[in-house]
Amino acid sequence: MNRLKLKQISIATFVSLGMLSTSSIAANDIVKIDGSSTVYPITEAVAEEFQIATRIKVTVGVSGTGGGFKKFCRGETAVSNASRPIKLNEIKRCKESGIKFIELPIAYDALSVVINKKNDWAKEMTLSELKKMWEPAAQGKIMKWNQIRAGWPDEPLRLYGPGADSGTFDYFTEAVIEESKAIRGDFTASEDDNVLVKGVSGDKGGIAYFGLAYYEENKNLLSAVAIKNSTGNFVLPSLKTIMNGSYNPLSRPLFIYLNAEKVKSDPNVKKFVEFYLKYAAELSKEVGYVPFSKEEYAAITNHYKTLQTGSAYKEPKIGLSVKEILELSAANN
Amino acid sequence: MVNDKKAEIENNLTRIRSLITKHKRHDHIFAGVGMFIIISLTITLLVLFLDLVFDGYPRFNLDFLTNFPSRRATAAGILSAWVGSALVLIVTFFAAVPLGIAAGVYLEEYAKKNWFSDLIEINVTNLAGVPSIIYGLLALGLFVYGFGLGQTILTAGLTLALLMLPIVIVATREAIRAIPIHIREAAYAVGATKWQVSLHHVIQYSYGGILTGVIIGMARAIGETAPVITIGALTFIAFLPPSPVGLEPPFINFEWLEAGFTVLPIQMFNWISRPQMAFHVNAAATGAIIILLTLLMNGLAIKIRYNIRKKIKW
Repeated sequence: MNRLKLKQISIATFVSLGMLSTSSIAANDIVKIDGSSTVYPITEAVAEEFQIATRIKVTVGVSGTGGGFKKFCRGETAVSNASRPIKLNEIKRCKESGIKFIELPIAYDALSVVINKKNDWAKEMTLSELKKMWEPAAQGKIMKWNQIRAGWPDEPLRLYGPGADSGTFDYFTEAVIEESKAIRGDFTASEDDNVLVKGVSGDKGGIAYFGLAYYEENKNLLSAVAIKNSTGNFVLPSLKTIMNGSYNPLSRPLFIYLNAEKVKSDPNVKKFVEFYLKYAAELSKEVGYVPFSKEEYAAITNHYKTLQTGSAYKEPKIGLSVKEILELSAANN
Repeated sequence: MVNDKKAEIENNLTRIRSLITKHKRHDHIFAGVGMFIIISLTITLLVLFLDLVFDGYPRFNLDFLTNFPSRRATAAGILSAWVGSALVLIVTFFAAVPLGIAAGVYLEEYAKKNWFSDLIEINVTNLAGVPSIIYGLLALGLFVYGFGLGQTILTAGLTLALLMLPIVIVATREAIRAIPIHIREAAYAVGATKWQVSLHHVIQYSYGGILTGVIIGMARAIGETAPVITIGALTFIAFLPPSPVGLEPPFINFEWLEAGFTVLPIQMFNWISRPQMAFHVNAAATGAIIILLTLLMNGLAIKIRYNIRKKIKW
């Protein structure tokens, strides 16, 4: 009896060792996607519907925008989710391995700045006030609300924000501090936005920023801050103000990047992207993001059909409209 | 004189008595502290577990186990995640157990006690303490890109096998050491070779301890997230890998080893970081299931060890 067991175990060992040497067969019929966790809910929704409609298999991973581009530039994935535009060093890496890409904006996300419900003074803020709070020079010095604006109370100021790995962090620093990744070190950082929600909802002097969906789901716990936009008005983040462009500059486009070669050669990838563009408006809204207008999606679809490769972002830029992104992309490449 | 002696004896007696009471008091204090620690640990675990159960209660139904992930929290399930976890654990089992037992038997029965086996011993013990993310990074370089195995179930299984290997080796050695030397001597006396002694006696009698180590190792592997994310596990996958058993000869196929996958902790992590509360319910339900599986596996280990120990009579 026991000897039999041993025999089984040793056979299993040989089998498993033997399997080590078999070469892996790439499954071509699966559409492989990876990248940002912010874009993930939209892509997940599209993939779910696409799979039901066409029975073509789709997988989506969450390696973060940067991790996604690493795989994308190795040619491992057909589509890469990105919560920020591709960076120059990533463009370079793709170029080195001969990967050409198509850049498609697919929906808006808005960074909402939120405060505690009991905070009755900071209902409106300007970008320079946000900068005063968050810039590296503020570290250890700006600790009270009355240091930001005279007239605000002598309450301790406590900051909560996403960690340095997130695209949200990149965008916030570029838009508010005007220098990518520059921020004071003494704030509570978490990669999980729900932790930030908990932090500010229990802290009268707390302030945080994160994606609109997290504010929408926690409206009973937090208040949003109206931000002064480019025309001088204080605007609260909402579906309407983001769609009409008045909530700026803290609303940002989300992207998917397509492997141009795979779009041409793999009919499944092509079908998936077409499906994505067709349903992006409906599905992005359903999962808590802000869709573009119909005309804008039409323009994006046209841009996709020309198979124009390359990025609109030769340098980091804030607050481009969809039209400007597509035009710049055509002009740059 | 006599009274003096009597007094001295009594004096000594009271001293000794008070000493004994003092030491007994220490005994009680230690037992109390130990009890307090155990109870507070158990209560912590229980509270955490019950919290998850209460939060995840609305999702405890068959649909949750048979549905794929979805953007609608109430329709989402953990089918691809638990199948992924199960298949990865199968690979882990078949890779780690034979290697681990063989290594343990070699180190205890065959290896000469010299600086080299000391070195191996130190290394094995150290490996058990290496953070799991390090194994993930090693596997990413070695299995995924070095051997070209890709981001597959096979890679994940082998990675977790590395993680589990030291536990199995240490458990095997402990179990073997518990076997009295006269069992071996008796076998040698009737002319058994070292191989026969190991196979017919040593391994037989140490099964209980080895199995305990194996199951505890597997229980650790099932909750691992970091190394599995590092090697590229997926988050959304709404189809199952090819079935390992087929209807046509050769009936068994190994295509599933090369499939992409997700596992329970990754699915849970994804849901907990969503903004919608409904997904947090899913995460709680998944967490409760992971804890339940771990408890079941540990319970099974204790039961098996108990049964096997009862059977062995020297």
